[in-house]
Amino acid sequence: MVERSDIRVVRCGGSKINFRPPIISNDSRFVLCVSGDSVKVYSTRTEEWLHSLQGHTKQVTGIAFNPANHLQVYSCSADGTVKLWDFIDGILIKTFIIGSPLFALYVSKEHEGVIFLHLSKGTHHKNECFQLVSTHLPKSADQEVEAKELSVVSSHISPNPSCTAFGRGGEYIAFARKLQLDVYFFRKQKTYSFYLKATDKKGAKNAFTCIACNPTDDCIATGHEDGKIRLWRNFNHKKEYTYSTLHWHHNAVNTLCFTPEGTNLLSGGIESVLVQWQCGAGSKKDVLPRLGGSILHVSASPDGQLFCVSHSDNKITVIEDGFKVSGLIQGLVTGDTVLTDLMIDPRSKALVLNGKPGHLQFYSLLRDKHLYNLDIVQQEYIYEAGLDQFEVVKAVFDVKGSWLATVEERGRESSDLEFFLKLWAFDETTQSFVLNTSISAAHTDRIISMCFSSSEETTMLVTTAEDSQFKAWCQGADADTQQDQNFWSCDFVGSYHNLKPTNCTFSADSSLLAVSFQEVVTVWSPDTWELLTTLCQPPGQIRDLCFGRLSCSKYLLGTTTKNLLCCWNLLTCALEWSTSLEVSKLQADPLSENVAAFSYQSKHTDLFVFKPSEPLPLFTHEKVCSEKVHRAIFVPREELLNGCDERCQWLNGSQLYFLTQNMDLMTFSMATEEDRMLSSSKRLVIDDSIAVTPFYLLLGKHRQQQQKLNTPSHPAADKPQQKQSSVSIKQLLHTPAHVLPAASVLCSMFVNSLLISNTGVREEMESSEQEMDSEKEEEDSEGEMETRDSQQDLRAQGSVDEVTPKLSKAQERELKRVRKTDFSWMTGLIVSKP
Amino acid sequence: MASFKPTRIQTYPKLGEKVTEDTLYWKSYKPALQIKEFGAVTKIEFSSLPPHNYAVTASTRIHVYGPHSQEPTRSFTRFRDTAYGGSFRGDGKLLVAGSEDGIIRLFDIKSLGALRQFTGHSKAVHATSFLSDGFRVVSGSDDLSCRVWDVASSVELSSFTEHTDYIRAVAPSKLNPDLFVTGSYDHTVKVFDVRTGSSVMTMQHGHPVECVLLYPSDALLVSTGGRYVKIWDLLKGGQQLVSLKNHHKTVTCACLSSTSNKLLTGSLDRHVKVYNSSYKVVHNFDCAASILSLAIAPNDSIVAVGMTNGVLSVRHKKQKEEKEMLTDRRRRGPAYRVNVKGKNFGPKQYDFLVNKPAKQHLQKHDKQLKSFEVSKALDSALEAWKRSSKPEVAVVVMMELNRRGTLKNALAGRDEASLARILDFLLKYITDPRFSRPLLTVGDIVLDLYQQVIPQSPVVERLLQRLLELLGREAELQQEFLQVLGILDTLFASLNLRKDVATLAAPPVAQGSQLQAA
Repeated sequence: MVERSDIRVVRCGGSKINFRPPIISNDSRFVLCVSGDSVKVYSTRTEEWLHSLQGHTKQVTGIAFNPANHLQVYSCSADGTVKLWDFIDGILIKTFIIGSPLFALYVSKEHEGVIFLHLSKGTHHKNECFQLVSTHLPKSADQEVEAKELSVVSSHISPNPSCTAFGRGGEYIAFARKLQLDVYFFRKQKTYSFYLKATDKKGAKNAFTCIACNPTDDCIATGHEDGKIRLWRNFNHKKEYTYSTLHWHHNAVNTLCFTPEGTNLLSGGIESVLVQWQCGAGSKKDVLPRLGGSILHVSASPDGQLFCVSHSDNKITVIEDGFKVSGLIQGLVTGDTVLTDLMIDPRSKALVLNGKPGHLQFYSLLRDKHLYNLDIVQQEYIYEAGLDQFEVVKAVFDVKGSWLATVEERGRESSDLEFFLKLWAFDETTQSFVLNTSISAAHTDRIISMCFSSSEETTMLVTTAEDSQFKAWCQGADADTQQDQNFWSCDFVGSYHNLKPTNCTFSADSSLLAVSFQEVVTVWSPDTWELLTTLCQPPGQIRDLCFGRLSCSKYLLGTTTKNLLCCWNLLTCALEWSTSLEVSKLQADPLSENVAAFSYQSKHTDLFVFKPSEPLPLFTHEKVCSEKVHRAIFVPREELLNGCDERCQWLNGSQLYFLTQNMDLMTFSMATEEDRMLSSSKRLVIDDSIAVTPFYLLLGKHRQQQQKLNTPSHPAADKPQQKQSSVSIKQLLHTPAHVLPAASVLCSMFVNSLLISNTGVREEMESSEQEMDSEKEEEDSEGEMETRDSQQDLRAQGSVDEVTPKLSKAQERELKRVRKTDFSWMTGLIVSKP
Repeated sequence: MASFKPTRIQTYPKLGEKVTEDTLYWKSYKPALQIKEFGAVTKIEFSSLPPHNYAVTASTRIHVYGPHSQEPTRSFTRFRDTAYGGSFRGDGKLLVAGSEDGIIRLFDIKSLGALRQFTGHSKAVHATSFLSDGFRVVSGSDDLSCRVWDVASSVELSSFTEHTDYIRAVAPSKLNPDLFVTGSYDHTVKVFDVRTGSSVMTMQHGHPVECVLLYPSDALLVSTGGRYVKIWDLLKGGQQLVSLKNHHKTVTCACLSSTSNKLLTGSLDRHVKVYNSSYKVVHNFDCAASILSLAIAPNDSIVAVGMTNGVLSVRHKKQKEEKEMLTDRRRRGPAYRVNVKGKNFGPKQYDFLVNKPAKQHLQKHDKQLKSFEVSKALDSALEAWKRSSKPEVAVVVMMELNRRGTLKNALAGRDEASLARILDFLLKYITDPRFSRPLLTVGDIVLDLYQQVIPQSPVVERLLQRLLELLGREAELQQEFLQVLGILDTLFASLNLRKDVATLAAPPVAQGSQLQAA
């Protein structure tokens, strides 16, 4: 990314949330999932996106809760760092630098302070070799810590992170690779390996696809490519191991997950059916069919009440205890390919593209939220590998957004191509699109492109197809019928020398229709269907066509496959200018004269923004990304920006989004815009009003004093001091009365906590560093907490059950110490304090 | 969890005629009753009084039929030569008719007695009619004159000789007793006023006029002749309103349906056409022979058509009551004698109604598709076709199975009877352009699967033989179509020499586009 201008290329959300299994917080209130460079936190009840943990510079590849503190989460990323977060407030606590790219992260309760990482051996080039290493996280007060001491657990594991799992109580770790299952016992420091044959007589494919270990029993469940699930037992003897087989899936098992009690096993695969097996009850099972999208990961909440299933269509389904779907978290579905163009719904201003199979998705870019799916195909989608089913391949809106035309097709590879052209009318009462006309044999071959006329009065649809014809469709053109006026029928069929048409586009006022036939552009009048003129600029076929707008409406722009960008003047019917440029995508701004051209040259894409009437581009941005850009769209802004800089004026009215080949949605953002965003986020933080209660008066005074003390001195040094008193008091105050110990016990503790001295803190720090550490982070978050009233109670409730025992443990120790020490120093302290 | 989406049955647009209210109205006549007369039926007229008897003029007789009788209730046989133009007086008591010998006879319906004879025409009289006061008779004759007779004294009151050819049509005005219209083979239609003693209006029809007809309001005049039906506006001084050319032979007769304001015309091309008030053809009756006369009862209950081969075909309107009675009987279910307590309990005004989640009802084949029972689904779809003769369901199920990649499994392993049923289905619909594509793949798979065992079953072999012949014929037909298309293309190309760049559009009808209502 080039920093020389104040326009930057930024990711704008819509990234995958199904890359790694989501995790559910201890209190089942939050679900965390990796999403591009960040970790997103969602509420399980409202399915709302709360915030994201941002800080990694590359794809986050794994998340896991800190086993020592359930309010903290580890994340690892391809940028070679492991970060520790407070996920409720979104605060980065610590960064551990590992150095090499990481691919997954595992933690275990038994191995405190140790995390297991999945990284690739850099030595091999072709067949990348992955290894599992464990590292002790060094304890230090710094924000950034280097953790270079890696000890290899296994040097040859599967690249799939779901093929590694910790066994009961972290005693052993099991990993599967191809046809081999390894179990490594930490106590014995020994690895047992079990092998399966590649195929057996019945043609089963035995390769391992995933693995899960029963948390309460010595049992390993493995999923296989042919849909079998094997339950391994007695594997701590190399010879006497046994396994039983469960078979329901008919395609590969993608994921396995035991419930925390170890009573049930959940499995999912391509079929999009979640299967719940009862352990020890043979093949007794419950199924939850038609969840939509094949299942990639399943995870269970620590109390076993909630399950999260992540699907291939970028969706997380929250499933309640009763095996019922209770919520859906839907991200932008991009899949492997986006078949339709990027479009903007003129009514909702939502980004529209093909989403889950057979549907169009409407995605709000402003809120980064999936709005709804429109079922185009209206057929049951069969989730089965290698099945060729209907997909929405083309879609186009008319200017007002009252009509939508879609093309769905199947069998493009095989010979029997089937496709439907469908026209949808916007229904005001239901506020969605309703099928108006479905045309089963619109052309004899597949439709290449289509466009609506942009005039206000009449809507007309033009389709071009590989049968070397283009057709115009009108509503109610069939005059013979008396009633059926609101259906669409064919109005005109045109062709040109039996050449294959490639593109069609209407001019801004719909007075002209340009259809490109290989190397020739033909210009037609839609009123009389007369061929007005032909424009030709060989060699090279026309790839993109667009008319200029507003003051440049006399120009027609075209790009050819032979690296030429041409601009014709329609008044003189002559070439105005042309330039040698390999343009992969030409996109006109609907609100201004500007045209954006993405050009792919020498392995990176450049952006040029220009007006057809001017020879020099308004804006150039080199090295936008390293792949070709085939989809781009100008999105009108909600309100006009008044960017001062001349170079960014093209971004004032609308914003340019584009989709890279990795299916990342990117946009261009201006410095002024970012400033505004920042200031708005700051404004949110200011609000901190705590109700004035007697406790507040007491604590507030206390805090004010501390702040006074703190301000002159170094803040970092004083931090522990601030913590001590406020944490325990706050924990006391936020714990509901009915779970607190007796008041007689508390009273002494309360007084004690108020009176504790700095020396006490240090003692404790030395005695239990680990606990200290975590408490410190907690304290940090508490400090932040104070400022946000709304989140405060969330947090308080969340921490209730866990906090009390820990508190009492800490306090017990303190109490013991207090009893031992004499309190002579205390009087001195009290005297000195005021 | 999304619910199962049932297979979507495609609805195809009805090809051919659109069903409108008019077609339904005119289709509600019973099949025609054929009555054989002695010669060509030249004139039929209904009495304007109930029970709307009608007089049929054929050969040397005039028969009067009752509305439901197949035998004539009265018959007048005193003509020495062919009778023409028998028509009732307004009160239905008298009947007047001309004849080939030039004598006009007047009969009493009740007593069958011949009351008067008007002599004076030197040639055949083809058209006679009472004027609307009922005391005078107007006649048009082949001697180029038309005369007005007094019934009481049987005296000729006036004579008009303005036409230059045979007069074959006369129509009196219903509002003014002194006005009448004549149509003649000299291509003109004239309006005469008895008071002035001459024609007051002349209209050029352009063809020999066979029939004239005045609207009840006297504002519009219909004249038929040649292939044309022309409507004239008398209030605008005889301006032509429309000229209709829907028949391809001479239009011989016209009549008005009083209840639905429709115009009916009959022609030698054996069609009766029904026009609506904007003169669009809304319905068409076919007859066995060329039509000479046509009449419709004042309440539209009977349409009578007379033809050249002497057959009178009478269509009666279906009685509505019969139908209702039938449906009523069917609708009434068994009477419940069980307790219905609580069944009629409805929500009160302020009650909050919680609806039960609607249960999704699936068709049988959908249920089987949901549980992946592919063969059974195909069977039940074919059964549905047998039951309701709707091929769409079976085709959609086949397409669905093909999409799921299980069509082969569904077709495999069948016995002779079920295979024969599939082949029957193929035979019937494989050439239907709507279904041919999916059915061809089905046929391919069937052949692949059962290639080895076909000779074992003569039934299947015979069916396959028929399928082969059918496909051969279809291929030939397609080839011929392509040849015609080629000829048309060259014709179109030669028509548009100027626009040599653009190939002209084929008419949009030629596409196999099928529109479907959402």
